[in-house]
Amino acid sequence: MSIAIDIDRVSKRFGDFIALNDVSLTIGDNEFFTLLGPSGCGKTTLLRMIAGFESTSDGAIRLFGQDIAALEPNLRPVNTVFQQYALFPHMSVTDNVAFGLKMKGMDLATRRKRAGEMLEMVHLSAFAGRMPAQLSGGQQQRVALARALAPAPKVLLLDEPLSALDLKLRQAMRVELKTLQEETGITFIFVTHDQEEALTMSDRIAVMSAGRVQQIGTSREIYEAPQNRFVADFIGETNLVDVTVTAVSGAVAQVILPGGQKISCAAPGAVAGQRPLSIRPERLGFVAGVGDLSVTVERVIYLGTDLQVITRLDGGGIVNVRLQNAARVTVPEPGARVGLKIEEGAARLLAD
Amino acid sequence: MAAVIPQMSAHEARQATPVRLLWPTWAVIGVFLLLPVLIMAVYSFLTKEFRGGVIWEFSTAAYDQFFVTRGLFGDEPAQIEWTYISIFWRSVWQAGAATIICLIVGFPAAWFIATRPEKSRGVWLFLITIPYWVNLLIRTISLKFVIRDNGPLNEALMAMGVIDAPLSLVNTDFAVLLGLFYSYLPFMVLPIYAAVERYNFSLSEAAADLYASRWVTLREIVLPIVRPGIVAGCILVFVPSLGAFLAPDLLGGAKTFMIGSLIEEQFKGTQGNWPFGAAVAMILMSLVMIALLFYARAQTKRGGA
Repeated sequence: MSIAIDIDRVSKRFGDFIALNDVSLTIGDNEFFTLLGPSGCGKTTLLRMIAGFESTSDGAIRLFGQDIAALEPNLRPVNTVFQQYALFPHMSVTDNVAFGLKMKGMDLATRRKRAGEMLEMVHLSAFAGRMPAQLSGGQQQRVALARALAPAPKVLLLDEPLSALDLKLRQAMRVELKTLQEETGITFIFVTHDQEEALTMSDRIAVMSAGRVQQIGTSREIYEAPQNRFVADFIGETNLVDVTVTAVSGAVAQVILPGGQKISCAAPGAVAGQRPLSIRPERLGFVAGVGDLSVTVERVIYLGTDLQVITRLDGGGIVNVRLQNAARVTVPEPGARVGLKIEEGAARLLAD
Repeated sequence: MAAVIPQMSAHEARQATPVRLLWPTWAVIGVFLLLPVLIMAVYSFLTKEFRGGVIWEFSTAAYDQFFVTRGLFGDEPAQIEWTYISIFWRSVWQAGAATIICLIVGFPAAWFIATRPEKSRGVWLFLITIPYWVNLLIRTISLKFVIRDNGPLNEALMAMGVIDAPLSLVNTDFAVLLGLFYSYLPFMVLPIYAAVERYNFSLSEAAADLYASRWVTLREIVLPIVRPGIVAGCILVFVPSLGAFLAPDLLGGAKTFMIGSLIEEQFKGTQGNWPFGAAVAMILMSLVMIALLFYARAQTKRGGA
């Protein structure tokens, strides 16, 4: 896999505020790469640096090996889908889509044809003559996408493009975006604060917080093997239980659970002392007898496909358990003292 | 009120309320806009009284005087009278030039203010309007003192060694233009500022992202979108410049006689001619109205396409 974008020790300061702190990552050609994090984590700043709307304070950004720091935005072979779409209000849908082609010096007939193809791709051929104000949010979003894809950029940047859509449309667009990316073979860099969006579409995800990259990996790696408290907590739901580390060998640690039970779990390198252990709620099950953790059931919440059971750990702390709402499932009553079994390999020791 | 409104059907409310509530507006428009124009129109068709004022007798003499000449003694064949038309033409030209200068200076100024942080924009707008706290007459006379032969402008230029002898600026077209520019600049800046302030700057980013240079972005995206502000500014500068009286009168010489001065002369002292003054004003107003109507029609066509 060749490298499309190389972010090399990039920092960005706005006065005293550090928006990006020594960020390094590489994005492969044809990859669907997501920058995921809460607002203010620096993900949009990084995207805007790649587009050329922000300068870097330190470090280099290379596009297919070429340092692009000195290039004005209009000279960079990347296109952006803006958060609020930024469609030109005085131009028809076709003219919007054809704008980039016009700027590249393509003749009228060719760019009309290409714009038509792009609109067909996003299922908007019937709206070619409309003005942006006459379109719904979802349609505007597709026009923005077609406009950014029309000049066939090497890299497409998407700045929370789905955040203004309603839930149904958002879910449909996720699949569509992923399909589009696979069909066109263009590298997508997708910025979002929505972890579900990130998990469903991305080849790889960079989880960001406070101007730093916390972890980079596939959806599965990020979800199942979070490296620190922030990632474990931000992606999905998790239970954090403080444990004492007794021994570490390689990527496996021996720990003592609050109830005194000893288990082995995956560990991010050499750690010792008190550490948080992350256990996903769906990886816990009720057992007869003591199990790994002894808890008291506090409340059972019906969620349709799932049941959420809130339990209190002996010695303090809440542990959530998620059960599939199947016919055979037996749910303990509130107030019952039960044991919890951690699924083999599901517990993960965190670095902090 | 709460007891009354539910009794009215939704249809009635839509139909009746606006008309009733709008009558103060119509009254103001009627008394302060339509009535004066009507009086002026009527006066332009009356007969002049030699000591100023009018005789209530219908006459088209005023319009005849404007457009037609029959020689010094009125016994030659009718020909087009060019004197007043050329005054009109000169006024249009001067007002147009003043408008363009205001636009060239005003657009960047408005852009600058609109792109300042929100807190400081008020201060900049305030600074723009400060000179207008002084009476227009005093400002115009002051300008004359600034640009006169031994005024500060010439002395500064000579001190810097740019010129050897003072430039005669007073009583020139340049002085009139400067006066018009100085008088009406805020009318250009404020509407453009309002338009630029509403402009979504991510559109400029989108254009740059799609390979447009800065100039192309200005031409293809910014100008079309803020155009209503530019047009409003141009109208607000052009129309009063066309009928301006103070700047041409105080700063211009005999050569730069303009419509404003022509009208003023008709109502001054005993040599005046009220119907003729009213007729000139009517012709001026008609010209402006026709120009605006054409513009409005062009706008509607463009919007429909």
